[in-house]
Amino acid sequence: MAVLQFREAIKHAIDEEMSRDERVFVMGEEVAEYNGAYKVTEGLLDKYGYKRVIDTPISELGFAGLGVGAAMNGLRPIVEFMTFNFAVLAADQIINHATKVKYMTGGQADCPVVFRGPNASAGQLGATHSVAYDSMYAQFPGLKVIYVSEPNDAKGLMKSAIRDDNPVLFMESEQMYGLKGEVSDEQDFIIPIGKGKIKREGSDVTLVAHGKMYHIAVKAAEELAKEGIECEIIDPRTVKPLDVELILNSVKKTNRCIVVDEAHPFAGFAAEVGFLIQREAFDYLDAPVLRVTLPDVNAPFSKSLFDLWLPGPKQIIDAVKQVTYK
Amino acid sequence: MAKKAKSDISFAPTGMQSPEKGGVQKGVDLPPATKKKHKSLGLSNDQVADMYAQMYLQRRFEERAMQQYQKGKFGGFLHLYIGQEAVSTGTVFALQNDDDIITAYRDHGWGLCRGITPKSGMAELFGKATGCSKGKGGSMHFANVKEHFWGGYGIVGGHIPIASGLAFANKYQANGRISTCFFGDGAVDQGALHETLNLAQLWKLPAIFVVENNGYSMGTAAKRHTVAEIVDRAKGYGMKSAVINGMDVFSVYEKMKEIADDVREHSEPWFVEIRTYRYRGHSMSDPQKYRTKEELEEYQSIDPIERLKAYILKEGIRSEADLKAVEDGIEQEVLDAVTFADESPFPEDSELYEDMFVEENPYFHV
Repeated sequence: MAVLQFREAIKHAIDEEMSRDERVFVMGEEVAEYNGAYKVTEGLLDKYGYKRVIDTPISELGFAGLGVGAAMNGLRPIVEFMTFNFAVLAADQIINHATKVKYMTGGQADCPVVFRGPNASAGQLGATHSVAYDSMYAQFPGLKVIYVSEPNDAKGLMKSAIRDDNPVLFMESEQMYGLKGEVSDEQDFIIPIGKGKIKREGSDVTLVAHGKMYHIAVKAAEELAKEGIECEIIDPRTVKPLDVELILNSVKKTNRCIVVDEAHPFAGFAAEVGFLIQREAFDYLDAPVLRVTLPDVNAPFSKSLFDLWLPGPKQIIDAVKQVTYK
Repeated sequence: MAKKAKSDISFAPTGMQSPEKGGVQKGVDLPPATKKKHKSLGLSNDQVADMYAQMYLQRRFEERAMQQYQKGKFGGFLHLYIGQEAVSTGTVFALQNDDDIITAYRDHGWGLCRGITPKSGMAELFGKATGCSKGKGGSMHFANVKEHFWGGYGIVGGHIPIASGLAFANKYQANGRISTCFFGDGAVDQGALHETLNLAQLWKLPAIFVVENNGYSMGTAAKRHTVAEIVDRAKGYGMKSAVINGMDVFSVYEKMKEIADDVREHSEPWFVEIRTYRYRGHSMSDPQKYRTKEELEEYQSIDPIERLKAYILKEGIRSEADLKAVEDGIEQEVLDAVTFADESPFPEDSELYEDMFVEENPYFHV
């Protein structure tokens, strides 16, 4: 195992796949000469040159669509968005084209494209730079949506995403890029898309948390352990396909569940997981499934309001105490 | 700004509904057609006859499709290409067979001249399993990817960036192919076009972006929905450009061939405005109150198929009887296609879940 930063883990994955397959290339704003807005693509231009590491204008719709067309015509693009908040401008290409071209042509064209970049909030960036989009995209058929929390997952799943023959969204976080973690140095290390992981074992309550929220869940679990409440943390890693089995098995053991999700509450990931648990594990529940999400409110700038807005360990702790009747 | 009476304020330029305020805005003005004869364009007699057959097929296919739609044989939208056949035909003859073509939802003509048979096309309209897109695309999503027709797309302007991606991949793979993208005048107003033109010129993509300006963005005349001359958009991007008479197949062929050769040689994009006219409404539900009968008749009087037919007869390329036999053959082929579509099975229920993902047993959330 090597200790890598989150950004390095992603870069290693891209680098390995670019060496392995000539068809893989990277494009996005500032990915080449600037070495990446968040240094994820640092050094790739030097290694692979201008043909395969390409700076784009600030034209999300244009270059996302270019990626879709290039994927249809034999290449395997990795399209970086500086954040998924900007990818909203490209949503037509992701939602209407990448996910639909195979189906509406009766299977004649494939679209092996990866759209990647940071998702959700990253401190006081105001209302338009702070939205979590994983739930929204997971709504649409034909997309695989990954939102990882740790460097090892990032590497293994990025390699899977690049090798996948379907469109894949791979989400990261500005606030996790510097996070260090042990990353497998196994030759060709792959984590299959759609497999979650039990990251902490516990018997009292299941916390389902992915992306940046995973780390909030860990903090809450550490606090609760001091009080003798043992949380089991499931990181689904992939939002869609969702590892429903893993979640259900844990809930059947703990009989309680809190879903921690960085999206707004309405019809999001937390709502979906809650629904699945009531349908599949109703008889196992000793308390209602609760969720900790953003409020149904835009991101404020002011530090005091922002801290109120973003879910923290306290909200998870409160929810756990509510379902454990403590 | 001087104050005006509130009742004098208006925004969109007025059209047919307010003749007193600005009168009728004619859809398009045609540039002159080429004066060259087919031999000097490098076309053989047989090629000219093939052009005629292709245009006639597109016309008859759609006339029969319209009839079947009106009979209730299939639903959804039906956007007819009738009047614009010289654009698809002239282009396909000008391109190499492995050059890429992608277009918008008015796509039947394009499909027919890129290998979709009348049977598989008609079956697609009927939503049958034997359709070119297995009945999953319908009228707007004809496709024949193995012959480099990447399909018709339903979001106005949405396929324009994709065309640049097709061109990007061709340049990346150095395969000598060029990509051509067709869209209506309505798409000129979409941001997707402008982002793509900038990218294409900046990255020297081997692509031709073609506005099929048929005068109307659904029910809005070109002069009511976009400023200045459409072709002049190219200047802002330093892109090579041309205007072509789309009611004359030789004009389309001549210019598109020159442009295609230039793109292949220099790997630089072009922006082309082909002016043409659609005889039918935007779709089947269009009462067409936005244009005059006289305008429609003016274009029908210079119909591209009739024009080519007159040329063929005048030049003695084929006799009247020869053409009659070709027309009868096509008529029968189209009728057979209707029968085929009618008798073909609908897709199996299991097809609902096919073609979503590449893998054999993909995950579907339930």
